[in-house]
Amino acid sequence: MSWQGWAAIAFWIAATMLNCHIANRWYRSRWARPFVATLFGVTLLVLWEGLVRGLNVSPVILPAPTVIAARFAQSLPLLWGDFTQTILKGALSGYLIGCGAAVLVAILVDRSPFLRRGLLPVGNFIAALPIVGIAPILVMWFGFDWQSKAAVVVVMVFFPVLINMVAGLAATDPLQRDLMRTYSATGRQSLLYLRLPAAMPFLFNGLKIATTLALIGAIVAEFFGSPTRGMGFRISTAVGQLDLPLVWAEIAVAALAGSGFFGLMTLIEKAVTFWHPSQRAAGRGA
Amino acid sequence: MPMIERFRTLAAILTVVAVIVVVWYVFAVVLNSRWEYDQAARAGVQIGLPELIERTLAQDRPMLPTPHQVLAGLWEGVTRYAPTSRRSLVYHAGVTLSATLAGFALGAAAGLLLAVGIMHSRAMDMSVMPWAIASQTIPILAIAPMVIVVLASLGIKGLLPKALIAAYLSFFPVLVGMVKGLRAPDGMQLDLLRTWNASRATTLFKLRLPASLPYLFASLKVGIASALVGTIVAELPAGATVGLGARLLSGSYYGQTIQIWSALFAAAILAAVLVAAVGAVERLVLKRMGLAR
Repeated sequence: MSWQGWAAIAFWIAATMLNCHIANRWYRSRWARPFVATLFGVTLLVLWEGLVRGLNVSPVILPAPTVIAARFAQSLPLLWGDFTQTILKGALSGYLIGCGAAVLVAILVDRSPFLRRGLLPVGNFIAALPIVGIAPILVMWFGFDWQSKAAVVVVMVFFPVLINMVAGLAATDPLQRDLMRTYSATGRQSLLYLRLPAAMPFLFNGLKIATTLALIGAIVAEFFGSPTRGMGFRISTAVGQLDLPLVWAEIAVAALAGSGFFGLMTLIEKAVTFWHPSQRAAGRGA
Repeated sequence: MPMIERFRTLAAILTVVAVIVVVWYVFAVVLNSRWEYDQAARAGVQIGLPELIERTLAQDRPMLPTPHQVLAGLWEGVTRYAPTSRRSLVYHAGVTLSATLAGFALGAAAGLLLAVGIMHSRAMDMSVMPWAIASQTIPILAIAPMVIVVLASLGIKGLLPKALIAAYLSFFPVLVGMVKGLRAPDGMQLDLLRTWNASRATTLFKLRLPASLPYLFASLKVGIASALVGTIVAELPAGATVGLGARLLSGSYYGQTIQIWSALFAAAILAAVLVAAVGAVERLVLKRMGLAR
C-alpha cells in the first residue's frame, strides 16, 4: 500500500480519537452532535479515497470520491436532465397523486366503521408486499415515459399513506369528540376542526415513509423500460459500459434528492403540527 | 378479542377483499376489451356485450389477467412441473427465498451487534446514528444492479451478491429498532440493577435484551419484507435467469402478463409467509418470556 493509504488510516485513527474525546467530554454542548457526525462522515470519505488510491483499486470496481465528484461536476446537464425526468416528472407527480388519493379514500372510508375495520388489515398486508414488482405491468400499460413511473409511484405510496391516515382519523379521544358534540358541531365541522388536525402527525409519518418509496419506485420502474434519459436508465446503461463514476454520481443525486425530499416533508410537518408534543419538546430543548 | 368482534372483523376484511376482486374483474373487462374490438373489426363482425365479457376474461395475453387466470397460472407454476424444473415457480421462489433468508440473517445479526455497540459507546452513537437514520431516506435499492454487476466482474455470482443487498436493506430497520429497544428500560429498572452491582454484560443480557424483544420483532418484520424486495430487485439486472425477479423481467420482455402476475403473487405469498413466520416466532418467544399481551 502506498502513502495515501497509510495517511488515510492515520487520519481515521486521529479522527476517531478526537470523536471519542468529544463524545465523552463535550456531549452536552450543542455543537458536539453535528460535529461528531460530520467528522465521521468526512472520515469515511477520506478512508475511501485513501484506500482506493493506496491499494490501486480499479475505477471499474470502486472509483474514488474525488473522481466521482469530478464526474458529477462535469456531467451536470446530463444529471439535471435525468433528475427532471425521474424525480420531478415521475416521482413527484406520482407522489402527489398517490398521497392525495390516499387521503381522500381515507376520509371516505372513515365514514363507515365497517369498511375501516376491514381496510386496515388489508392495507397493512398490501403495504408489506413487494409492490415494486408491479413495475413491469404498469410500464406495459402506460408506456415507457414518465407516466408509467408516476403510476408505479402512485401504487407504492398509496397504502402506507392510507393506513396512516385512517389510523390518524381515528386518533381523537372520546373526550374531544364529546366536546365537539356539546358545541353541536356538524360532521363536517368536527372533521375539519378536530379530526383532520389530529390526524396530521400520523399523515406526515406516512408521507415521510412515502418519500423514499416514491424515489425507489420511479428509479426501479426505469429498469423495465424508459426513454433514453432518467436516473434508472442511466444507472443501468452506465453499469453496462462500466462507467462507474457516472453511476456513483447518479447515486449521489438520488441520495441528495432523497434526503432533500425527506427534509422538505419534515419542515412542512414542523409548520403544520407545531402543536404536537414531539415538535414542542425539540424547541424547548427538553 | 371476543368471538363476535373477531367475526365482525373477518366479515369486514372479506367485504373489502370482495370489493377489490369485483373492481379487478371490471377493470379486466374494460382494459381487455380494446383488443377484442380490434379483433372483431378485423374479422368484420359485430361483438355483443355477453360475448365480449366472456372473451375478455379468457385471453391468452391480456392487458390485465383476471384473478382466476392468475390463480390458475400460479397453480400451474406450482404443481405442473417438478420443483427442480426451471419452469416451476417453486424453483424460482426457492432461489429468491434462499438469498432473502441468507441476507436477512446477515443483516439482522449485523444490525443487532452494531446496536449493542452503539448502546455502549457514546462516540459510536453520535457518529453512526445520524448517518444510519439519514441513509433510510436514500433510495438504496437503486444501486442494486450496480452491486450485482460489479461483484460479477470480480467473479462473485449467484446467491452472495443478492444476499448482500438483502442484508443491507434489512440492516437499518433492525439497527434503528434495536437501539430504541435497548434503551427501552426505564431509569428505575436500570437503578435496580445498579443496586445489585450488576455488570454491563449482566445488564445487557438480563434487562436490556429481554426488554428490547418487542422492538426487535417489529423491526425484524420490516427487515424481512425489505430483504425480499431487495432480493427481487437484485434479480432484475440482465443476466439473472432464476428467481422471482428474473421471472418478472422475462415476463415483461415477452408480454407474458399471466407469468408476471403469477410471479408477483408468488412474491406476495412469500412475503406474507415470511412476515407471518417472524410473527409466529414472536408470539412463541414473548409467550415463553411472559411478555405476551
